[in-house]
Amino acid sequence: MEVSWALLANAIIAGLLLGGFYAAMSVGISISFGMLDVVNIAHPAFIILGSYIAYIVNDQFGFDPIVVSVVVSPLFFLLGMVLYRIYYLCFERRGQESLRGLAFFFGILFITEVALVLIFGVDYRMVSSRYGDVTWRLGEVGFPMRLVVPFLVSMVMVIGVQLFLTHTFFGRAVLAVAQDQLALRLMGVNPVRVKELAFAISIATAGVAGAFLIVIQPVQPAIGREFIGLVFAVCVLGGMGSILGTLLGAFVLGLAESFTSTFFGPSWAPAVSFGLLLATLAFRPSGLLGR
Amino acid sequence: MSNRVFAVVALAVALALAAVTQLIPNEYFFSAAYTVLLFVILATAWNILGGYTGYVNFGSAAFFAIGAYTTVFFYNAFKAPLPVGIVAGTLVAGLAGLGLGYLTLRLRGVFFAIASLALAVVLYIFIVNWDYVGGARGAYVLQPREIPFGLPRYIHLIYAVQLMMAAFALVVSRVIEKSTLGRGLAAIRDDELAAECSGVPTLKLKIFSTMMSCALMGMAGTTFPYYLSYIEPSSAFSLSYAVNSIAMPLIGGMMSWMGPLIGAVLLGTVQQLVQVTISSAWNLLIVGVLLVLFVTLAPNGIMGWVDAWRRRKGR
Amino acid sequence: MAEAMTAAMSAALLEVQGVSKRFGGFTALDGVDFMVRPGERVGLIGPNGSGKSTLVNCIVGTLRNEEGSIRFEGQDIGGDPAHKRIRRGLARSFQIPKPFASMSVLDNLCVPLLYAGRRHENLAPGRIAEEAMHILEQVGLGEKARAMSGGLTQVDMRKLELARAMAAKPKLLISDEAMAGLSASEVDDILALLSGLKGQGVAVIMIEHVMRAVMKFSERIAVLVAGRKIADGEPQAVVGNPEVVKAYLGE
Repeated sequence: MEVSWALLANAIIAGLLLGGFYAAMSVGISISFGMLDVVNIAHPAFIILGSYIAYIVNDQFGFDPIVVSVVVSPLFFLLGMVLYRIYYLCFERRGQESLRGLAFFFGILFITEVALVLIFGVDYRMVSSRYGDVTWRLGEVGFPMRLVVPFLVSMVMVIGVQLFLTHTFFGRAVLAVAQDQLALRLMGVNPVRVKELAFAISIATAGVAGAFLIVIQPVQPAIGREFIGLVFAVCVLGGMGSILGTLLGAFVLGLAESFTSTFFGPSWAPAVSFGLLLATLAFRPSGLLGR
Repeated sequence: MSNRVFAVVALAVALALAAVTQLIPNEYFFSAAYTVLLFVILATAWNILGGYTGYVNFGSAAFFAIGAYTTVFFYNAFKAPLPVGIVAGTLVAGLAGLGLGYLTLRLRGVFFAIASLALAVVLYIFIVNWDYVGGARGAYVLQPREIPFGLPRYIHLIYAVQLMMAAFALVVSRVIEKSTLGRGLAAIRDDELAAECSGVPTLKLKIFSTMMSCALMGMAGTTFPYYLSYIEPSSAFSLSYAVNSIAMPLIGGMMSWMGPLIGAVLLGTVQQLVQVTISSAWNLLIVGVLLVLFVTLAPNGIMGWVDAWRRRKGR
Repeated sequence: MAEAMTAAMSAALLEVQGVSKRFGGFTALDGVDFMVRPGERVGLIGPNGSGKSTLVNCIVGTLRNEEGSIRFEGQDIGGDPAHKRIRRGLARSFQIPKPFASMSVLDNLCVPLLYAGRRHENLAPGRIAEEAMHILEQVGLGEKARAMSGGLTQVDMRKLELARAMAAKPKLLISDEAMAGLSASEVDDILALLSGLKGQGVAVIMIEHVMRAVMKFSERIAVLVAGRKIADGEPQAVVGNPEVVKAYLGE
């Protein structure tokens, strides 16, 4: 196969743009899995839920999906709080998170998917936006707006989360939950409360990322599962619990997927994230930046 | 009951069931019963690792599909008969489990769970892109025209074979549960560090139980291509297998061999009824809701209730 | 002199030489030498965070030391995983009890008996439960043999920890703060239990903050401070050692 420079440049640009969006999808997992040690494999279900809410409102009223997602994010926040409460009471407090807690989230993932199938069917859904069909061109390299806009908003969200974690009292409490719960108690902070709010934030980011997703590509309920590998791959690849690592992992994955679908065909692309995840777990479980 | 007696009883019951039910005139019974038995094997197999050892495998569908596609491969390559497919599929799935376990069981249990999920997707995409076994279009596996034992249709045979394999899986599960190995696995489930410090070779035992569990899952899949004489990736990798093989032991009870059996028979039968009367999507919703309800409200499942009731009576 | 040294060395049951362990930039153990003779009762003391538990973990194999060697009965066991070391005749109890919560108290003991203890005493499989019961009676848990281990009281959990370690039929038992938070009479119970092991020829390392118990129990005391051993010898001499006094009073 002849590799043209234009093809290569396009693959790189698409990969980076995708990678930014992947960071938005995964930042919630970096919080819940990486920092709180809550293995929320249902995370992608909330992304898809976000996609469908953006779709409904867009379909009915024509509002921009990304604006919609930001407006409804408090709902996801509340949902996250409720979910963590249940998780804490039923599993974490009893020390049963590793087996039953995992099965619980698996059940949630599954119920969400099937419920969406029952309501909306298995057809792909799309949204309409002003920038959806626009592409900037720089010579032979294209910048499709349906990727650029989610990329930019994703960056704002991920960097926002990072600043929030490093520059606020609450954020530092979240970081401390991972390392030293005793210190937290001495500071008069209740770790369960901190985890509850942090988990709620992670679900809220999932809801917002869902709107990005449906701007980028059509969505149907079952694609959520394909993203499980992706978000965990990004999280593990970047080293658990580091937002900057997540960003790096997301770009690596975005590029890898973009190259795979450009040079081997799109049907192999979903295997990339899971393959990378398997390889990372097997050979470098501490991640790219890990010791 | 000693292991040997149990094995004889289990196989005798399976044989008797197979013989008696041949008289049922309704064709649909066999295909429904085949599916329920398939779930009995999957749930029993999952429980060896999940229930006994405490490691969650989300990739049941992958190992099931490995069994199924190994049969297809041997059928395509050598026109191999079903027994060859059964043995080969079981072995290949066991080896895949061994490999996955070897690579990821050194890490925290969560990573094994995620890796098993990843394996399912990677294998799915691999099969979709592998034309020799049919790729995305699927493959045909012709049922032999000659049916042994004077059975009227091939589904009768497949059903009887599945019955035997279910009995076999239950025997294996029970032997493991009652053995020294079973105690070691339970110790790992309760506290892995304490188990290692009690002389239990935790890594070796985990890998072994993963291998056994995955091999049995593969075995469940080996008859599947013959069942409809057609197989395609999305049916072999159906999410239903992954969910049911977790939900059934959780609902039945994970501490003994009997829990998955009860869970699979109950849930499997309910699903067959719902499938006929309503739709398969509702089916999956019911399983999902039951899974979440049981895991939050009745973490020890139906057998947990039975044990509690026994204890109360004993007092 | 040199001959006497080698004789002493070969007589050692456990021999720890120059063991170091780091966690990131933090040095938990810094070139620790330590030894235990067969049947000896050794107290291991030191302030919180001085590396006592890390040393135990390195000896038992739940952590790997980066430097130094660990020999048991003259053989280098540094490369063995924990379960192999247990099978050789080491055993430990945990500071925070870790019962096999889904099992009865009796079954908790069957695990080490089946996987380790059986090898030393050639127990027939049929006699495992009997032996477990025997050990439970020794520690005073005989009546609770059928109870679920998850529901035991704190004292009973500590006793179960020790019983489970004993069930591995060790030549050296390491008791990691088995008495913290117990009442005086409960401390005496556990002390009696550990002292009884001497009669069976089992060496014991007792890690403890309860000084009364350590003084009463130990034939020798070693002191760890900030990952280094600062004293090792007769209990009275060690307690009188100005460096030890400083380390404790300075805390």
